[in-house]
Parts: sequence; C-alpha cells; structure tokens
Amino acid sequence: MIRGKPDEDEYWNSSKFKAFTFDDEDDDFTRLKESKRAVNSIRSLVEEEDEEDDVEKVSWSGEPVGSISWSVKETASSIRSTGEVRDQSFPKINTAPSLPKNSSGYSLSSLFKGTTHDWTPEETVKRMQQGKVYSLEKFRSLQDKLLLLDEAVNAHDGNVITAVLIYLKKSLSKENLFRELITREIALRHYIHFLKEIEEQKLLLMQYRDHLNIRDENKRRDFLKSCLSLPFSPDDATHVQDHYTLLERQIIIEANDKQVESSGQADIFKKYPRKASILNMPIITTLYYSCFYHYGESDGTYSSPANIRKTFRISDKQFLLTCLGARAKLKAWFDVDALFTTKNWLGYTKKRSPIGFHRIVDILQKNNAPVQVLQEYVNLVEDAEQKISLAQKYKCHDVIINTYRDLKDRQQLIVYRGKVERGSSEYRKIEEILSNSVR
Amino acid sequence: MMHTTASSHLTLPTVRAKMSAHLSYGRVNLNILREAARKELREFLDKCAGSKAIVWDEYLTGPFGLIAQYSLLKEHEVEKMFTLKGGRLPAADVKNIIFFVRPRLELMDIIAENVISEDKMHSPRDFHILFVPRRSMLCEQRLKEQGVLGSLINIDEYILDLIPYDGDLLSMESEGAFRECYLESDQTSLYHTAKGLMTLQALYGTIPQIFGKGECARHVANMMLRMKREFAGSQTQILPVFDSLLLLDRNIDLLTPLATQLTYEGLIDEVYGITNGYVKLPPEKFAAQKKQVEVGKDLPTEPKKMQLNSAEELYAEIRDKNFNAIGAALSKKAKIISAAFEERHNAKTVGEIKQFVSQLPHMQAARSSLANHTSIAELIKDITTSEAFFDNLTVEQEFMTGVDTDKVNTYIEDCIAQKDPLIKILRLVCMQSVCNNGLKQKILDYYKREILQTYGYEHMLTLNNLEKTGLLKPQTSTRNNYPTIRKTLKLWMEDANEQNPNDISYVYSGYAPLSIRLTQVLARPGWRSIEEVLKMLPGPHFEERQQLPAGLHKKRQQGENRTTLVFFLGGVTYAEIAALRFLSQMEDGGTEYIIATTKLINGTSWIKSLMDRPEAP
Repeated sequence: MIRGKPDEDEYWNSSKFKAFTFDDEDDDFTRLKESKRAVNSIRSLVEEEDEEDDVEKVSWSGEPVGSISWSVKETASSIRSTGEVRDQSFPKINTAPSLPKNSSGYSLSSLFKGTTHDWTPEETVKRMQQGKVYSLEKFRSLQDKLLLLDEAVNAHDGNVITAVLIYLKKSLSKENLFRELITREIALRHYIHFLKEIEEQKLLLMQYRDHLNIRDENKRRDFLKSCLSLPFSPDDATHVQDHYTLLERQIIIEANDKQVESSGQADIFKKYPRKASILNMPIITTLYYSCFYHYGESDGTYSSPANIRKTFRISDKQFLLTCLGARAKLKAWFDVDALFTTKNWLGYTKKRSPIGFHRIVDILQKNNAPVQVLQEYVNLVEDAEQKISLAQKYKCHDVIINTYRDLKDRQQLIVYRGKVERGSSEYRKIEEILSNSVR
Repeated sequence: MMHTTASSHLTLPTVRAKMSAHLSYGRVNLNILREAARKELREFLDKCAGSKAIVWDEYLTGPFGLIAQYSLLKEHEVEKMFTLKGGRLPAADVKNIIFFVRPRLELMDIIAENVISEDKMHSPRDFHILFVPRRSMLCEQRLKEQGVLGSLINIDEYILDLIPYDGDLLSMESEGAFRECYLESDQTSLYHTAKGLMTLQALYGTIPQIFGKGECARHVANMMLRMKREFAGSQTQILPVFDSLLLLDRNIDLLTPLATQLTYEGLIDEVYGITNGYVKLPPEKFAAQKKQVEVGKDLPTEPKKMQLNSAEELYAEIRDKNFNAIGAALSKKAKIISAAFEERHNAKTVGEIKQFVSQLPHMQAARSSLANHTSIAELIKDITTSEAFFDNLTVEQEFMTGVDTDKVNTYIEDCIAQKDPLIKILRLVCMQSVCNNGLKQKILDYYKREILQTYGYEHMLTLNNLEKTGLLKPQTSTRNNYPTIRKTLKLWMEDANEQNPNDISYVYSGYAPLSIRLTQVLARPGWRSIEEVLKMLPGPHFEERQQLPAGLHKKRQQGENRTTLVFFLGGVTYAEIAALRFLSQMEDGGTEYIIATTKLINGTSWIKSLMDRPEAP
C-alpha cells in the first residue's frame, strides 16, 4: 500500500501524527489497544465514507449482499421492506468473465464418458455410477447376483451397493441373503445401514438408541427393560442395567415428591420449590437432588443419598462433591462439617477429605459460605503458601495473622496491619501479637 | 475431448470479480476449478427452460456460496429462492421449481409434501431435483413410494466434490466423512474423493506420483488408478501442474485435531467456529464501527458475520501466525496505515492530492480490516488469558510430552465434577488415550463411569463410537509406541519460537503436528528414513506412479519448487494448514503445498460428528 520511499525513516520521524508511539517491547495488550486507538483516530479523518467499495457488501444481518443464503431470505419475502437499495446491488457483485459457452470449455460431466459394451457386472456397476440406464433383473442366478454384489462393493460406492442390496433383498430369501452377507463384511454393514434407514429392524445399540425417541417415561422404562435381555458386552450391559434402574427409581421418586410437594407437608419443598422434574436426569444430578430434598433418610429408601450411592457405585470423590454442593447450597454448614469429620479409635475427631481442601474452600465460597466457615477449611489446607493466598483471596484475617504468628514473621505482620481497617478486631489482634512478642 | 495446450489455463483473463480473485493468486490457479463448477451449474439451469424458483436445502447454501453468487443464478432466470420446508410452496409466478437438495430421505418426504400440495392448486409448474453431490437410488425409491417420482421432469446430480476454498485450499465440505469412513465403514465419501481427484487431474494434468498412508488412502489410490484405466481413451493433454499427491488418513494422526490450535485462524475456529469460510462473532466489540444509518434496524444483538479468506490482505498476512505474535503484527500494521493517512499532509500539488484520493478506498478497506481484526484479537485474548484456558492447555501439553498419561488425571476429574461441557472432557480423555497408546482398562472404566454418571447413560453410544474409531481404547499391549513416535518425528520442540518461527511446532506452541511431520519428511529425506515409525501407525504406506503421455514430462528449472497436493481424508485443522503454508514459504523448502480435505475440522466439531444423541426428548 505504501510505495517505497527513500526517506522513509525521516518521514516517520517528521510525521505530524503524534497520537501514538510504538514501543516494540510492549506486551500484546498494549499493542492491541494501540491498533485500536490508531484505527479510531484514522476514522475521524474519513468518517464520511465508511466501509465502501472495496469491502464486500454486507447486509444488516452481516450476510454478504448477493450471497446465496442472503438472497434466499430476500427473494422469498414478497414484501420488500427496505430492499430497494439492495436490489440494485445484485448485478454489481459478480462481474467475472464467464468461460465461453461453446462446448470447448470445461464441463465436469463431459470429462467422464467412457464407452459401454456388454453389461457385465462390472459394466452394470459402472453404468449405475454414471447414472445411465441399467437393469439388474437380468442377474438371475445366485452366482450372478453375488458377482454383481462383489463388483458393487469393489467400487466403494455406497449408493450402488445399496441399490444392489435392495434388488437382492427383493429377489432372494432371507436365509440365502444372510448366509452370503456374513462373508461380505462391507456389504453387510451397508445392509444394516439400509435396514436402519427404512426402520425394519434394529441391532443392539441401535435398538438401545431408540429409547431416546420415547417421551412417555413409563414406556421408556419398559423399553429399557426389554433391552436388558439383549446380548450386550458385559460393560454395556451394566450401563444399560443402571440406566433402567435409574429411570425406574426416578419415576417412583418423582411421583412421591410431586404428591408431597402439592400437599404442602414438607417444609423443604415449600422453601425451595422444585424447578424441574427429576425424570431422565443423569445419576449425579439425581444424587444432588436426593442430597437436597432427601438428606438424612434411612438407607432403606430409594430416594436416600446412601442408597443411591451404593446402588450406582458412586465414587467417594463424586459423592462428597455432590453432597457438599447440595448441603452448601442449603447453607447447612453443620452437615458440611459432618461430611469431613472422622473419629479415630481414641475418640479424637479429625477432618479428612478425598479431595484437597483448597477445592472444598472454592466450592464453599461459590455457595457464599460465611468467613467463619471458610476459614475453618482454609486452615486445613496443607501447603502454607496456598493457605495464605486462599486466605488473602477470601479475607480470612485470622488465618493469615495466625500463620504469620506461627512463622514468627514480624515483618509480614506489620505489612498486613497496614491492610486491615484501623481499630478493627483484626487490627487489635495484630497489635497484641506485635507488642507481646520480643524482638 | 479436451485438447488444451499446456499453458492455456495459466493465461485466463486476469480481470476477475473480487469474490474469487484470491483463488487465482496461489501456486495453482484454483479459479479454473471454480469456473468449471459454475459452468456445470449454468448448464443445468439452462436445461430447465424458462423462469425458475430454487428451493434450497438450507445446508447447501453455504457450500454453494463458495461457487456462485445470486447474480449467476439470476442471469439464468432464477427469480425466487426459498428454503425447503414442509407444507405448501410459497406462491411464485415461475415456470420451474427446482429443488437443490442433499440425497437424504427426510428431505424427500418434504419434497413429496410440496409437490402433492401443489397439484391441488393446479397451477402448471414443472418440478426438478438437483441432487448434491450425487443422485441416490434410495431417495428416488422414496419419491416413488410417495407417488411423486412421475411428477419430476429432471432429476440430475451436481457433482460438488472439491470446492475451492482459498488460493491453496480445497474442501469437499463433507461433515460426515470421518464418521462414515471410520465408524460406519461407508466408503462412499472415498469414492467422491477419487472422483474429485479425477476432475482435478482433468483440469490440471495427471499427477505423476502418488504417495499415501492409511487404509482409506490406499482405497482412494486404487480407485484413481482404476478410473484412469477405464478412461484410458480420454487422456488429457495438459502439462502436469502437480508433481505429486500425498493421501493421508486422518486416523494415522488422531492426536493433532484434539489439541487446541494456537494460530490466529485456528483460535478463531476453536472459539467461534468457522463455517463455509464465515465466522459469527459477538457484536458488542464491533458495534461502534457501524454507522447508525438505520437506527431501528441496527440491532447489536445479532452476531456479526465475517468472511475469512486471503482476499483480505491483512488476514492473509496474520492468520497463520501464533496468536502470541498477533499483537505485534497488528500494531505494525497500524503504524503503516496511519503513516499512509499522514501522507495527505505531504500532498501539495493537485497531482499528489489526486494520487492520495485514488488510494483512499484501499486505505479505508485496510483500516476497516485492521479494526475488525483488532476487535477479534481482543475477544480471543480474553479467552486465552483466562485461567481455564491455561489449565486446559497445560494438561494437553503434559499429555503430548508424555507426562503421567498412565494415571487418572485430576484436572479431567475436576472438569467432570464441575460439569464442564462434555465435548471438552471427551477431547481430553481421547488425547490421553492417544498419547498413551490406549488407557489401562481400570482407568478407561473409571473415566467412562464418571462420564456416564455425570452426563447421562445415553452417552454410552458416543463412548462406543469413540472406541470404534480408536480415539479411545483399552491398552492391548504393554508397549506404548507414542514416545518412540514423538522422539523420532520430533513432535515436541522445547524451544518453539512463536514470534519468528523456524519450525512447524509454532502452530501448537511446541507440538509439531504428526501429519505435517510426515509430509515434511516425505519431501526430505524421504519416508525410507522412518520405516519403523510408519509401521507403528495404522494402515499401509505406499507409492504409485502414473504414466504421463509422451511429451508431457516436466523439465524442472534449476531451483524450481515442486508442487505437492496433500489430501487429508477425514478432515484437517487450520493449524495443520498453517504448518503446511509455513513449509511452502521456507526458503530452502523446495516444495509448495496445495491442501485438500473432506472437511475443515477442529477437535470440537470432530468429536461432535462422532456423538450419537438424536434430539433430546
């Protein structure tokens, strides 16, 4: 764009434009700001002619004017509200010189015209691929039909393979067809695909997949039950079984809770009305629901967290995280406390967690836990550095002060005193420590 | 048949529409292919004489947009265009109704509905169907069952195999290709690929050498050789433009698409998704730039849609850079542009002023382009500087360098517990599996259980698909090949230079895409040097030669580069393309690359194509 100027450097220096200077050492953020500023200052010079000519025309929806998808919308509306300007712009877009219309030009289809002789299986398949007239009816014997099929498979053209299969299906007995297909894997797969398309029969996972199309939960459950007998791999069989058990329970829980909620018997539903049905939710969501509405129920009920945990073999970590999320949401800090408390054989209690306490702190904080609760868990973080940074992030003054005290870090305590409010309890606490300790 | 002299296609008229000019500037003039496709389209339209309306399968408008504009259709008497929907067709006083559709059964049912409800109104309009990319027996049978096959006058196919996407890039825009080939064993897309390559050879000459790696590559090469034998009589007399073709199966390199792309274009695709060359962006950052012409109509809630290709000078310059080099590039460009605007102060004479004014449109386009990309870069910067992005990238890099790939990863566990998007989880778990040559059964079972419990049991269908394609698998042997492959091919470079790259690994800030390393080694010193590694990757590797007609053997000038077409069967990422462009531009590279693929993909779109969950109840 800039043509070479011999005195370019001098030009740069003498430029009257001083709105921005560039420092190549700057970080990217500054650079982006600079280019933005540059853009803006240039615009003020040329405001009157914005986005014209050179740039492709774009309609208000952002679609380029004259593009096909834009035109579909445009020509489809019989009333053109503000279309008059756009209409004029149509012919302008494409001025490409088209290739001469006579036959010497390139035409894709004309490039592929072979010659035909006798319609052997090979020829027939070729004709099918080329969209020419062909006839399958003359392949009468089983052997001829199979030759035709093999030829189609060789061509790797699914369209042709399917067409041949349709013909074989019509003209062969099921037993014959299946016996031959078993030795022809590719053809077999196409056949399955074809059957799937025309919904005649389904196989295993394909059949399982069908449950997704059933809306009624009872029918869906019954359908899943019918899938249980299918010869899945052991892995898949477990999952299908779990899926069935889950839906079965969800139906029971849903019916029960709906009734309890509408009768107004339980406070929890009054205080926190259910936002959606639990049907068809994943198991972890169901567990969360159970920890929210059915906490403390005995192991024997379908809806109790303990029962769900056991039935669906939920890992300790997942169980703890889900439970913690639900109880923290309800601000049931006592329950939260109990989740981590273990007693040793001497009767002393100790807090343990399968997940680092820093993550527990994050979860509690996201649920707006008060500082008193938070700092208890911040204190349990093992790594001192991580503990301090968490404490600072969530303003747990006591934790910070105590940690510095234990580290006998007088300097840090003085620094921190400057950060807290003068005369506050934290401030007084720091004063006290500083005056009590002898240098 | 065609007897074009060797150089004729290189001297097509140079004045072209702006829409396609960028296709002509590359090493190979891909506009020839676009013109051929346009000609085919015109010929079909002229077959249906008289005024017409096109009813579009909406999916096709994107790919067609890369071939033609509405003006072309209008020249051939297309007066109205509608989107395909059930019920009665909108009124339009035209002689012909043409359906442009993919060969899908559900679309046939809609067409049948349209045609049947039309008959009742007894207005004599002719119906035609144009199948893209091919006719389908299954569809025609469906139309027959619905009793409308007889009402259709023309049933034709429009072979849109390879669409010119940019000056050095061709795409079949076939979303399902990977799924069909590797999951459903439906190799129809390979047949289309072979057909597309035959078309290409008809226009650009026979490609003398074919290399390949992978089952699908082998199939395509076989079909090409067979088709060539069948059309032996119709040899094209064109001096070969391509020296060689390299066919690569996507499944020889499952790792690369799973990694987060770190080039500018790659990140735009990762974050916002590029579809048929367009991206939709949140409008807020762009709102200030628009003139408030029609106040009521300027709704900032609508996403801003932008076309991204090399027609835009600035974009062509920066798209393949590592994102960390974008700030510097944009600021450099800003300097140049403001300096150009400053020149008005130096323009004293009428001539100088005229000169300045004549450059204004170009300068303004450059300014608006700079403004747009500054805004996009800001949007992306917000994401790349986030903690979540950093953590994710750290884990990816750990996997790629082989750190703790044989243990349950706590970051993945945390992401599941937080219910992060399932696709993100799947990308990471698959990556761990690929980098460990499969996961220990216990670990695989653990991940699977956590995923099913958190996201729902129905996802066992998806997990099953991932296993079938090899993206997720149990470890079968104790030997993990990945470290050997990584070391031999130098897939990890500690000192990747993001600002001034000297190796392709800059596109992933350290990881050099396996697919591109194979391409690089093939050019020099040749695959013989890596036989061991090639054996560890799935499928055969091979080399074929195609006979050239006498007199068409190219005599290479001293120092002239070779041109290689690299075809990715099952998809390619923008970062891989960037790496190939980097190789093309290397001074002593000796090879320039043209890229072709079944589809432009990223980890998210790829995994999505393998998911199995019809519409939720």
